[in-house]
Amino acid sequence: MALVAVTRDKLNIDALTSELAGHATGDGAVATFAGLVRNSNQGRAVHFLEYEAYEPLAVRALARILDEARDLWPGARLAVHHRIGRLEIGESSVVIVAASPHRGDAFSACRYAIERVKQIVPIWKHEHFEGGDVWLEGATADPEDEAAKQNAYRIACA
Amino acid sequence: MRVTIRLFARLRDLAGSGELTREIPGPATVHTVWRSLTTEIPSLGEYERTLSVAINAEYSRMAAAVNDGDEVAFLPPVSGG
Repeated sequence: MALVAVTRDKLNIDALTSELAGHATGDGAVATFAGLVRNSNQGRAVHFLEYEAYEPLAVRALARILDEARDLWPGARLAVHHRIGRLEIGESSVVIVAASPHRGDAFSACRYAIERVKQIVPIWKHEHFEGGDVWLEGATADPEDEAAKQNAYRIACA
Repeated sequence: MRVTIRLFARLRDLAGSGELTREIPGPATVHTVWRSLTTEIPSLGEYERTLSVAINAEYSRMAAAVNDGDEVAFLPPVSGG
């Protein structure tokens, strides 16, 4: 199983956790995060989401996030899988696993990864809600933007 | 030169297609391609200040040179996670 992936298949956080942390006896901590499709957004009743990606660049951006985290927390290891296509309420859109010798780095690397996913990975949500649909637009993706990177780091270490 | 233009999310909806092939007079930059595209599809112009761009699936800049056969992608603000 690859450490980064953009896939139409359902995500399996347990399998990814086993893949990353199942065999490394130096690990003392695993932190996991799953992003779920919520049934409401900004007052709208959400029916489902469709995720679209620029897949080759999205995979590269995820790999870049792993490289950044390796520089920031050299003892930690990360895996990030993002799902695309149609997702129903309650399904996981993204799963992140961070393993490290101690809990602090695992929590920080995990939080850093999701913040950076939202900043620089070319994936978009198309929200289908009661009465319409809308493309959600968040951050202008710029991996070289040091202020954004610093902001993700600050949140990760809060 | 011939370039492939990739558009995503709302940009794709506005253009009616996610992939266009266009002849662009060289030498060209990403901005040349964008200007040509917004002349053809003016509604895309609202994204001028919030776009990201990529050449051959690597993040790039508006001022970067584009070569014959390149794939140039225009990306609205991202919303993954």
